[in-house]
Amino acid sequence: MMLRAPKLKCQEVVELVTDYLEGSLSRRDRRRFEAHIAGCPHCSEYLAQLRETIEQTGRLREDDLEPAVLDELLDVFAEWRRDRL
Amino acid sequence: MALARTSGEDTTGEGALVAALRAADEGVFRMLVERHTPAMRRLALTFVRSQAVADEVVQEAWLGVLRGIDRFEERSSLKTWIFRIVANVARTRGVRESRSAPFSSFASADEPSVDPDRFQRDGAWASPPEPWERLEAAEMRRVIDATIEALPLQQRQVISLRDLEGWGADEVCAVLEISEGNERVLLHRARSKVRAAVEEHERGAT
Repeated sequence: MMLRAPKLKCQEVVELVTDYLEGSLSRRDRRRFEAHIAGCPHCSEYLAQLRETIEQTGRLREDDLEPAVLDELLDVFAEWRRDRL
Repeated sequence: MALARTSGEDTTGEGALVAALRAADEGVFRMLVERHTPAMRRLALTFVRSQAVADEVVQEAWLGVLRGIDRFEERSSLKTWIFRIVANVARTRGVRESRSAPFSSFASADEPSVDPDRFQRDGAWASPPEPWERLEAAEMRRVIDATIEALPLQQRQVISLRDLEGWGADEVCAVLEISEGNERVLLHRARSKVRAAVEEHERGAT
């Protein structure tokens, strides 16, 4: 017979969110986590806010490369190629 | 549903890229430079904190890539190998640069993610998170950027690589040379602080 795991407290849930999102909770802990979230609008909101934060963090990325930087690196390359041949 | 962030690495065709670099193919070098340099620069900046030095790190790292390409054994992806070189060069420069932040100690596990005063004695919320409705997305990103900037070094590196660059945990561990467990703790601390900072601004916004 399986022992019933004690219910998670909100204060514990906020420490488990990353493990949950990373998929690194045990199956049992994931069930406890999901059961808590399903019944707790506050922790559900907390999780939603964390997801929103992660989403917005990803939008900070800018992948523009200044032409001058590219040119300098192509010079480095040309020099390396000269030495190599 | 819990979803592990898997590394979005596509290593198919990498052998061809490596061969082209060894053959000194400028087009392939240029493509790799365009693909990786912005992120290399950002990683360098977590170590050295000066744009000029970061640019030097990037240049030195690319030279290291070219000089080392014959020795690259493809035990990791090309991308991981390139960024390990960046980290090594930047680490060396960071130590030499007196201004750089010292390496922070391991994230402590007892740092609470949420102010303990916001919970009742039984661990339930006393002051629960309110839905965010006021902050504009652009303002939220400004707060996030400033908060990440102020994090301890390793937390800043991990959250930048994971959430800003969108890397997988395995790549981050390989490049920063930290364990999976430590990576997760650092990510957790960093994300918790960033969420808290946004919340604080949301409360203060009118």
